[in-house]
Amino acid sequence: MKKFINNVDDFLKESLNGFGKAHSDIIKVNFEPNFISRKTKTKEGKVSLISGGGSGHEPMHGGFVGHGMLDAACPGFVFSAPTPDQMQAAAENVDSGAGVLFIVKNYSGDIMNFQMGAEMYSGKNDSIITNDDVAVEDSTFTTGRRGVAATVLVEKIVGSLAENGGSLEECKKLGEKVNKNSGTMGVAFTSCTVPAAGKPTFDIGNDEMEFGVGIHGEPGRKREKIQPSKIIINNMLEAILDDLKPQKNEKTLLFVNGMGGTPLTELYLVYNDACEILKSKGIEITRSLVGNYCTSLEMQGASITLLKCDEEILNNWDAPVHTAAMRWGM
Amino acid sequence: MSVNFLISQAKNIQIVIDENAAEIEALDQNIGDGDHIFNVQRGLKLVVELEDDIKNLPLQKGLNMIAMKVLSGIGGSSGALFGTFFMSMAKTPDLDKDIDFNKACEMVITGINAMKERGKADVGEKTMMDVLIPVSEKLNELKSGNTDMKEGLSEIIKIAEDRMLGTKDMLATKGRASFLGERAKGHIDPGARSSQLIIDTICKSLINK
Repeated sequence: MKKFINNVDDFLKESLNGFGKAHSDIIKVNFEPNFISRKTKTKEGKVSLISGGGSGHEPMHGGFVGHGMLDAACPGFVFSAPTPDQMQAAAENVDSGAGVLFIVKNYSGDIMNFQMGAEMYSGKNDSIITNDDVAVEDSTFTTGRRGVAATVLVEKIVGSLAENGGSLEECKKLGEKVNKNSGTMGVAFTSCTVPAAGKPTFDIGNDEMEFGVGIHGEPGRKREKIQPSKIIINNMLEAILDDLKPQKNEKTLLFVNGMGGTPLTELYLVYNDACEILKSKGIEITRSLVGNYCTSLEMQGASITLLKCDEEILNNWDAPVHTAAMRWGM
Repeated sequence: MSVNFLISQAKNIQIVIDENAAEIEALDQNIGDGDHIFNVQRGLKLVVELEDDIKNLPLQKGLNMIAMKVLSGIGGSSGALFGTFFMSMAKTPDLDKDIDFNKACEMVITGINAMKERGKADVGEKTMMDVLIPVSEKLNELKSGNTDMKEGLSEIIKIAEDRMLGTKDMLATKGRASFLGERAKGHIDPGARSSQLIIDTICKSLINK
């Protein structure tokens, strides 16, 4: 394992410390229990958004704390759900009277810990669960899909509504719409190494890819030989379109997300391929996002998320945001 | 059962889990995301380290402190489930009285029921509940029956092992393995394996006492 590490046990703490120092104008990092909150207190009467999950997906979620997005994020150990006391402390810290909306990715550990955190928190709260990954479909064999990169879009779009005075019910409703309107498919070329494990999560040949990989390196649909980008992207988009079934000329946001080890140069090439394929199918791309937003440590690979957009989604997407990882309009 | 009993069991379990860590990790990497063994190891270490703080406490207080430590110190599904287990055990009535075998059974049954509720998983879904629920059912039988305790514990060891092995050919519908559908077949569930090892260790130490 080659990583910047002093001591495996201090890995998370030292990384959070650095994050706090680098972005002290936007956020502050609280320890024991660990959570990241906005530097300036959430304004009175604004619904507070709290997300969280295992670490190793940076900038998700700490990088999305700030104006127009989250109020707090609870980082767990690498690839391990955070604990209920983190969510309780974060909620107590940021709730400004309008209630708390927890944004949770559909993984059993996250669901259970957020549920317990919500039970322990005495204030008004509700939750939305993201499950945008189309790789493994809801079928007789599975009770659910994984929550992955569309969580970023949910946090941005609902964050804007909350900033502009949306109620807890309205925020939840919009979050569920964005989740339902989006589909994601991921591909990995290499594995990732969890610091505590010290060795790669899975073995994969030099000429192989995992089609439908999860954001922790969980196996996906199938193991295949790598192919030219156009073919890979076409297969990914087909899986998404099968699921989303967009109308002809429906407006969409195209999000190409890096898994951590793939350079931006390649992500833009992926974006180019995806644009051409979608255009040939008569799907209109009206917004874009390209970069490393929901990563899996140093894994090489990418995911594509397509979001069907209506006016409400577009307006909230365009609204100003100022976080460590996403900033525009202010 | 006493706080000292819990600590000494945690120490025994720690040794057994460490001995089998590589196997459990490999199982998890096959079908899960590889964090289960670290979570279990971290939890055991935290409980063992609590010894000085809790060794003189009454059982209910000790259990609650273990529950909070496990809940806040582990993370993942294991933290929520084992935290729920200890928290619910602490809610069993009359813990200030002497804890005999029947009472201990009642505590474990209460704890496992709460885990079932929290994880919303039942038998047949390729999780640790495939081991824990049948064990809980057997404990319920032992509690009200006339079976010799050591004989009953031997039966529990057998049930846990059979059910653990039985997860191999199941399809997963809960936990991270559930996202894999058919691909999770052929692998023992790591949570079922760690639970079986824990049960095996406790039962054997009671039989050999």
